[in-house]
Amino acid sequence: MTEQSTARFINVGERTNVTGSARFKKLIMADDYAAAVEVARQQVENGAQIIDVNMDEGLLDAEHAMTTFLKLIAAEPDIARVPVMVDSSKWDVIEAGLKCVSGKPIVNSISMKEGEEAFLEQARKCMAYGAAVVVMAFDTEGQADTKERKVEICKRAYDLLVGIGFPPEDIIFDANVFAVATGIEEHDRYGLDFIEAVREIKAQCPYAKTSGGLSNLSFSFRGNETVRRAMHSVFLYHAIPAGLDMAIVNAGQLDVYDTIDPVLRDACEDVILMRPVEGGDTATERLIALAESFKGKSKEDEKQEAEWRGWEVTRRLEHALVKGIDAHVVADTEEARAALAASGGRPIEVIEGPLMDGMNVVGDLFGSGKMFLPQVVKSARVMKKAVAHLIPYIEEEKALLGGEDAKAKGTIIMATVKGDVHDIGKNIVGVVLQCNGYEVVDMGVMVPWQDILKTANDNGADMIGLSGLITPSLDEMVTVAEEMQRAEMTMPLLIGGATTSKVHTALKIDTNYDGPVIHVLDASRAVGVASKLLSDTQRDPFVGEVADEYTHVRDARAGKAEKQLMSIEEARANYYDAYLSDKPAPPLKPGVHVFDDWSLEDLREFIDWTPFFRAWELHGNYPKILDDDVVGESARSLKADADAMLDKIISEKWLTARGVCGLWPCARDGDDITVHRVRREEHVRLPMLRQQIKKSRDRANMCLADFIDPDGDWIGGFAVGIHGIEEHSARFQEDKDDYSDILLKALADRFAEALAEALHAHVRKDLWGYAPGEQLTNQAMIKEEYRGIRPAPGYPACPDHSLKPILFELLEAEKNVGLSLTESFAMWPTAAVSGFYFGHPESQYFGVAKIGRDQLEDYAARRGVDLATAERWLRPNL
Amino acid sequence: MSAAATPRERLQAAAKERVLIFDGAFGTQIQERKLTEEDYAGTLGLNADQKGNNDILALTRPDVISDITRAYLDAGSDVISTNTFSANRISQADYAAEDQVAAINIASGKIARELADEYEAKDGRPRFIAGAIGPTNKTLSLSPDVEDPGFREIDFDELTAVYKEQATALIEGGVDFILIETVFDTLNAKAGVMAVKELEADLGRDVPVMISMTLTDLSGRNLSGHTVEAFWYAVRHANPVTIGLNCSFGADQLRPHVQVLSGIADTLLMAYPNAGLPNELGEYDEMPETTAGLVKEWADKGQVNILGGCCGSSPAHIAAMAKAVSGIDPRGVPSPEPAMRLSGLEAFTVAA
Repeated sequence: MTEQSTARFINVGERTNVTGSARFKKLIMADDYAAAVEVARQQVENGAQIIDVNMDEGLLDAEHAMTTFLKLIAAEPDIARVPVMVDSSKWDVIEAGLKCVSGKPIVNSISMKEGEEAFLEQARKCMAYGAAVVVMAFDTEGQADTKERKVEICKRAYDLLVGIGFPPEDIIFDANVFAVATGIEEHDRYGLDFIEAVREIKAQCPYAKTSGGLSNLSFSFRGNETVRRAMHSVFLYHAIPAGLDMAIVNAGQLDVYDTIDPVLRDACEDVILMRPVEGGDTATERLIALAESFKGKSKEDEKQEAEWRGWEVTRRLEHALVKGIDAHVVADTEEARAALAASGGRPIEVIEGPLMDGMNVVGDLFGSGKMFLPQVVKSARVMKKAVAHLIPYIEEEKALLGGEDAKAKGTIIMATVKGDVHDIGKNIVGVVLQCNGYEVVDMGVMVPWQDILKTANDNGADMIGLSGLITPSLDEMVTVAEEMQRAEMTMPLLIGGATTSKVHTALKIDTNYDGPVIHVLDASRAVGVASKLLSDTQRDPFVGEVADEYTHVRDARAGKAEKQLMSIEEARANYYDAYLSDKPAPPLKPGVHVFDDWSLEDLREFIDWTPFFRAWELHGNYPKILDDDVVGESARSLKADADAMLDKIISEKWLTARGVCGLWPCARDGDDITVHRVRREEHVRLPMLRQQIKKSRDRANMCLADFIDPDGDWIGGFAVGIHGIEEHSARFQEDKDDYSDILLKALADRFAEALAEALHAHVRKDLWGYAPGEQLTNQAMIKEEYRGIRPAPGYPACPDHSLKPILFELLEAEKNVGLSLTESFAMWPTAAVSGFYFGHPESQYFGVAKIGRDQLEDYAARRGVDLATAERWLRPNL
Repeated sequence: MSAAATPRERLQAAAKERVLIFDGAFGTQIQERKLTEEDYAGTLGLNADQKGNNDILALTRPDVISDITRAYLDAGSDVISTNTFSANRISQADYAAEDQVAAINIASGKIARELADEYEAKDGRPRFIAGAIGPTNKTLSLSPDVEDPGFREIDFDELTAVYKEQATALIEGGVDFILIETVFDTLNAKAGVMAVKELEADLGRDVPVMISMTLTDLSGRNLSGHTVEAFWYAVRHANPVTIGLNCSFGADQLRPHVQVLSGIADTLLMAYPNAGLPNELGEYDEMPETTAGLVKEWADKGQVNILGGCCGSSPAHIAAMAKAVSGIDPRGVPSPEPAMRLSGLEAFTVAA
């Protein structure tokens, strides 16, 4: 079984020929390529088996027009399925065209007009491009007009071509169809000479084909379609049996021979075959006389091809989307909108209803292999036009409703992950999303996770889309998810690309990131997913539904999923092997240091503003958020208020920033870190948890203890808090000034974080002193571009909150800086931060994630608590 | 076969005797060796991380490439490929290694040449080298921008020059054939053919090409939308010494398309599918005997001349294939009637 088609006689469409179609010429001259492409589509729909493309018009840059049009129709599977005939009298135009045609085309034409050498040179190039070729019966003497000249030139060309190895079956001779019935007697033979020459050429040139341009024949009857069609049909009726293989003709303008009016048919045959006619008139005169009576009797219109236009509007929209036809989409969209409006519906419902339904059909067809990529991209374009039409209505409605629904459509970060260079799929998803009004930040290929996270934050992205084609990319996607988790991001993560799967996403990616993780099967689904994730009403149900589905996938794999956890012994064997010789030198100033009143003025410099805006539900990165189209204005006004309050806080000394840190000798003991006190019996044990999830590649099962040398090392701890808020808070509340109250609390939180940052820098540079020359900007510090980490109890690397009391005891935090803990280990005052300092250059953040029963029991013993207590503390990790 | 016989004639002669064996994947074999950035980077001092740049190992860890090639020769490969899928200016730009393109290809060709000659001298069985040229990550037929479907990231002449640079170096390294493989965009392949034709003109001799298409959907089309037949007609002017299919899916899914191509291609047919479909975790887990059993069906039906493996295949797969098809008669090359065979995305024949 083959899909190919075989034909006896071939119609080569001529409507995409500026010399053959006035309409096409007008469209190209007006640069209206979209409509010009539709002409090609109609032609193929009308049965053209090959389409001829000709841009030979004096006022056109033919090379540019040729390549532009060929590239455009290459994107139209309905058109590109048939071979192309690259038609020009200029070789440069032909060669430029050949560089854009992916199948095996026909060159139309070359000839011996400029001698045999030039002819063979062009023929060799046609061979190199893999094209069949039309050879015009033309030599240095001129165009062949008689039968003898036609045959002689074609035979000579044939021998030359076969002589250089040109496949004879790839040669087509065009023996020149000239106009008949011109009133000039010498022209009367032209039709018959052509037919007879064809017969002879076929006999003398084995495997070669013949062709002819029909429109010339009826040139005298321009404007009289009925007569022209009859002449063409009659001519073919006789030329085909003589051996004509193809003709350049408007496929929609041929009549079936038998259906032609017999009088007209006879008159045509008399002219073409030079049959003797009775009476005084010549055959030509008789046809001319007859032609008058057929004038104006217009051709059948293109009703057939446009049948779908009669369908009801939602079906038309679906058809237009599936077929990628944008010609009527605005009108149809308007019709759908108007109909909805009449029944009280909203413009957005056109998108959510028929348009999304259409896109879903596209998605299903694409998913099941019934549609392929270029068409999906086209469909997206239709979608965009429809949406663009609706936007003013949606805006108007918004204005009427007083700015409700004023939510921006959303920003999506797209990247092909590190190690992978495949980006076609990602690019397609990108354009599809753009078409649908999303802002897409395309980061390109081989993008490291650091850049992805940074860009997502910098752009205040609504979601991240990761793509990859090769299998190692799956691991990298897991890494990105882990890092997003570590960065405490919450935005949805979309996963796509050939090797990705729902199962992998559910098992490996979703489990590493708490935010929504959605596997997007293909480009056509991206818009549906994005719009749901950004919809106020659909988001939660959708995310929940996907999460349930993934849980189900995981449950279905439960037996295997259990195996994904290593035993704690195995995990320990795969510990992170830090290069211990790199451990930091002992601190310059060991012991506990207390800072009673850190300068607020100093801390102001350390403030990370992005989370401040996030606290106000203004999403975007500082300082870019100030210029944000949507929230920029609110952000600027909020920042001004914050600055004004900061001035007061500092000058009037509303708050006190207090912090304590300690640097102690220690050693790793298995997964514990033992903090050494002067007396051995006072040593303090800090039990740490180890990752137990089976790791892909060579990645270690990490534990914070891995960054500590068993033979002796140093560890630090800190706790900072902002005091003094209550008095002012009470004052604001009394004034019913919630705004200022919240502003103050948000600023206090920022001060606590800033102090943690400032203190950490002070520790690195002075107290521990392992980075004395560190010079970091605030921005670099926010991005943690320094050596060492400060993981906090209760966070992913050290998930047990119950280590906080131990830390606080070491620091004597309550006594030193007035920080206390609630029974559930929350810190008081609330604007507070605490954690451990690790100084090893390889120390890094990670998430412990799931641990096994074996580690839980082991941990309980190490921690010295009963199993039930340990289970309660570690529930999120079980 | 006389010493004067060209590689094309020698391959055709050998393929008359039996089903020949191609090699398998390099990528997964390299991955298993868990090389470090230092291994990849060597002392070249390039301005980018090299980890993942498998092709550059020909310069920095030639022993690794040599070992893998040797493993395939030991497994029974008659035709071995160079590890140069991405050794072109476009792909190497991702690693700031454009200036290494010639060196990589020459070195890769030499590694393969030395080993092929060594094995051929040992047992007298002819060995052949296919200098592999991948598609690059640019496409001549599709626009990356939906707003502008006429836009192209690269043009035919640029891509031809990129391919020619690689092909020239491969030939200099001593390969027998230029293997234009994993063709997802037919027009890219045509640029590759043009590059080789230009090289032939420069060298004044035949540079035989092998062409291998990859399918992106089960109905049997590549990314640019061409069916297997349309593709064959679009590249037949290259007079390739082999035409075939690689990568795509596993042998099971590739079967109907091999069958179609086998019936129409008047040249040797080479097929090297993936070791099955990747499982949900992206791993190829088809056992060597399974793959071998599937490709043996093609051999049994006389549909193939050369068999090998693509993604996920290993020397074990190749050895299993060699064993499975041993003694089976190779495909006879058909000679279809001359006819004008054109193609758009679909094939179109003008009857004789």
